[in-house]
Order: sequence, then C-alpha cells, then structure tokens
Amino acid sequence: MEKTITARTGNEAMAEAMRQINPDVCAAYPITPATEIMQIFAGFVNDGRVKTNLITVESEHSAMSACVGSAAAGARTMTATSSQGLALMHEILFIASGIRLPIVMADVNRALSAPINIHCDHSDTMAERDSGWIQIFSENTQEAYDSMLQANRIAEHKDVITPVMVTTDGFIISHGMERLEMYPDAEVQKFVGEYKPQYTVLDVDHPITVGSLVLTDYYLEYKKAQHEAMKAAKRVILEVGKEFGKTFGREYGLIETYKADDADFILVAMGSTAGTAKAAIEELRQEGIKAGLLKIRVFRPFPAEEIAAVLTKAKAVAVLDRCESMSNQAGPVATEVKAGLYDAGVKVPLASYIYGLGGREIYIEDIKNVYRELKNIAEGKLKPEQAKYIGLKE
Amino acid sequence: MSKDMMEIRWHGRGGQGAKTAALLLGEAAISAGKYVQAFPEYGPERMGAPVAAFDRIASKEITIHSPVLKPDVVLVLDETLTESVDVAHGLSEETGVLIVNTPYSKAEVQARVKWNGKKLITIDASKIAQANIGKAIPNTPMIGALLGAVDILPLEAFMEDTRKKLEKKFKSKPEVIEGNLKAIRAAYEEVKKS
Repeated sequence: MEKTITARTGNEAMAEAMRQINPDVCAAYPITPATEIMQIFAGFVNDGRVKTNLITVESEHSAMSACVGSAAAGARTMTATSSQGLALMHEILFIASGIRLPIVMADVNRALSAPINIHCDHSDTMAERDSGWIQIFSENTQEAYDSMLQANRIAEHKDVITPVMVTTDGFIISHGMERLEMYPDAEVQKFVGEYKPQYTVLDVDHPITVGSLVLTDYYLEYKKAQHEAMKAAKRVILEVGKEFGKTFGREYGLIETYKADDADFILVAMGSTAGTAKAAIEELRQEGIKAGLLKIRVFRPFPAEEIAAVLTKAKAVAVLDRCESMSNQAGPVATEVKAGLYDAGVKVPLASYIYGLGGREIYIEDIKNVYRELKNIAEGKLKPEQAKYIGLKE
Repeated sequence: MSKDMMEIRWHGRGGQGAKTAALLLGEAAISAGKYVQAFPEYGPERMGAPVAAFDRIASKEITIHSPVLKPDVVLVLDETLTESVDVAHGLSEETGVLIVNTPYSKAEVQARVKWNGKKLITIDASKIAQANIGKAIPNTPMIGALLGAVDILPLEAFMEDTRKKLEKKFKSKPEVIEGNLKAIRAAYEEVKKS
C-alpha cells in the first residue's frame, strides 16, 4: 500500500480522516481549538471532495440535536467540538447514546470555564464520561487520524451501536504539526465500509419508535442494554484495532504499554503527555531507574482488568490526571484505576497527580520527578499522596 | 536531551511569519524524510505582539509534547524584540546558535541580547526580503540563513519543497515565488560566506 508521508496538525489530520470517511451528514458549530476541523472539512464540502450534507447550526446543542435526527434517519453522521461546546451538548449526548445512534465526534480536549481558558486539559471530556459515549484519547496526530478511521466501525458494529468520541489534546496536538502517514482514500473507504443501519425512522416498511417515553417498566432494561453494548465495545475495539493493524500497519488496543514489562515504577497517563513520558523513560532508564508507562487509549469502556494485569507487577504506580474532579481524593483516571485494582485484588502503592490544567506545561523533568517519588515510595521513604499538584506556582 | 534531535525557537512579532517559517521548515524536513514537530506558542494573537514558534527535527520519532526549553538554535525575526524578550533564554553559550535579523553590527546586537556565545549571526533579512520580494517580511530569508548556519537540511531540498508550497499559495503571483526563493538563497549564501 502506498502511504503518503505528510506534515499535518491534529486538526488537519482529523479533517482529512473525515474527508476519507465521507460521512452523509455533519452538523457543527465552531469553537476554539476545534474550529479548524470543520473549517477544513467545509472546504472539502465546498470543493465537492465529499458528498456530505453539512449543516451549520446556531449552537452545539443544535449541532448534536441535528446529528441525532440525521443518525436516527440512518445517515452516517459526524461532528467536532471542544470544551464549552461539548458541555453545551451534554443533554443531547445522553440522548444520542440512549437512542443508540452511532455518531462519531472529534473532540479537542480543552479546559472548561471559569476562568475562561482555551488551552488543553481533559475536564470537558471527563465531564461527559458517564454520557454513554465511547471515549478514545490520542497521543499524537497519527493516533488521532488512525482512531478516527476506526471510530465508525466501532460505533456502527451491531453489538455496539453506540456513539464514539475521538479526542486530541487542544493546541498541543490540534495545532502542532507532526509527521503523518496517510493511507489511500480507496483503502480507507474499503476499511470503513458502507454504513447499513439496522433500523431507521425512514424505513416505512419496518416502522420503529425512536425517543419514546419509557418509565418504570423498561428504563432499567434500556440502561442494561447499553451496559452490555459497552462490554461488547471492548471486544469490538480490539477486533477493529487488530484489523486496522493488518490493513495499515499500526495495531491499536485499549491500552498501550511502554517498557512496562520489567518496570519497577509505572506511570499511567492519557493523551499527549504519554509521549513526553516515553521521552522521560528513555532518560531514566539510562540513569538505571526501571521506569515504564501504561497509556490508556480507551477511557470508555474502561479497561480495568487490562490495567490491573499490567500494574500488578509494579513496586509503585503513579496516575496522572489532566482533570480535577474536586472529590478531595484523586482525579477521575486515578479513581477508576484504583477501583480496578481493588477488584483485581492488586495492592500496590499508588500516588495520584493533577497536572496540566488550563494548558500548564508539563516537562520531561516534571515526569522524572514523579518517578523519583515512586522510587522513594517503594523504598518506604515517602507516603503516597493523592491529587498532588504538579507544576504549581509557589 | 539527546542530540539526535535539533530544537529551534523562532521569535517574531504577530504578522511577521514566525509560525509560517516554523511550518515551512518542518514541512520541508518531512519531505526530506525527517521526523518533525512544528508548533507556535499560543497567547493573545495580536499584530505586533511578541510571538514564538518551535521546530523539532530528528531522524526518529519524536514523542515529547512539551515546549522547547533548551533550543539549539534561536532565530529573531525582529531585533527590537531583544529589548523586551530574553531571546537567548535556555540557549547554550558553548554550542548554541543565535541568528538575528538586524541592520546593526554584531557587537551592537551582542550587547543587547546579553548572550556571549560564539555563534552569533547577524543578517539584514528584512533588507534581503525588500530587495527580492518587495516586502520586508524576513521569515523566508531567515530560513535561508538557518540552513547556511546549521547542517539540518540541504538547501536544495528545502528550495524544492518550498517552491511547491509557494506555487500552491501564490498561483497568480509568480514574482512572489521567485522573489522568496531568491531571498532564501541570498541569505543562505551571505551566512555561508561569513
């Protein structure tokens, strides 16, 4: 297969993925730092390079509402947003997942107001972690592109039929230009395949009810069905990731480990910081510290067993959260990791950290310090803290 | 930081093309088979305000996603920035390279930047741009100066890639394309000679 080596930002990569997927409908409203995705995609629509019906609306609430209508009608539907935009969609996100509409959304992680901030953290995406959407995080531009190409297959799978959001870190990835390997349009289209919805409201020969009132009689069963779909999603994400690897050369799973096999100290991170951690690990290994990384790619469904299986071998574990859940305990990632370890019967010293809120930079040295703290924790010189802030100004 | 990777910081004022220069260089390096990151520093975006942009260029995958702290090369598109911005911040006096667009002498610039490195290069890129492009936009000749000063990318590889980029952007203005290419070469040769 002839791959094209290009230079692309995360936003450009996501727009290119959408061009290759050529969805039936996109409904979107602009918001920094995701605006470019739809701006570039609108160019593709204008130039006739996609056949998508692009609906420009007056708010994100309307964007997601239009996506719900279009997906219910059986159209392959996509959108993009960030931060306040995602928050404004909140109400409709639950409707999309509850009605079981396989919408795919690019989401650029950005802090939530107040104070107003346009930079990266995971607060917006984490606030929607219980919305019933599958959530996939990207370390870099390549992963953003690759995960977008897998998202429709996952969302539309008959055992899943659940919406998917693929996220990048605002500005760091969305506006950072990196080397991107793109695959030929025809090969991508073959992989993504034609969308054949099982049920649509427009199929008059097989009438269905969508968005009905379900009270004490069956609401619980609806939620259990979603619960089962999320369980199935784990398997389907792995299947699609494997097939993607066979087709395009890069395999994807629920998690990725880096030098974790023989690691004494393992750091758990998501998104672009996982890459910085890899660079920190390289330096620490030269200093004789056995450092390793567990990157969570898929946050929903949460790969608790897979994470516990990796962390069970560690002497100490650190979890980095780019989100503050104000629980006085730990950020959302650390809380879920700890719950998973408890269920697996794994008792490992675990310290949790909050970092990078509102785009605060995180450097190799910050991450190396976390590993040094883990070493001290393992040696009994330091007690593990929870929700410890990194990079705070004195 | 391993030196398999070159880190570059651009200083300019909003509108001078610091980000464009970082992207142009990055794209050309990717065409030449390198791994690259190119990204601007995002603050309030205003014409004339100090801005910075960065490149990382390496022969293998770059995983780090944080700003450049210790650049190997710093380029200053507007020498008046030296009054308000510590342009040499993090730049080694032993191995670092500082390239400043200025009509003034090396000694005058050295006094202002408070940096005593050996590899200070001064070039009047605005004048070169004015003469060749007809506009004092110094970003493309500064890339020429960079390629003349540091061995990261062959000039011809950069010229070929940039010609393609400019041909797309300035279809109706061939004089802009030729002007930019001439300006890049002129700055490259001036640095090579000195």
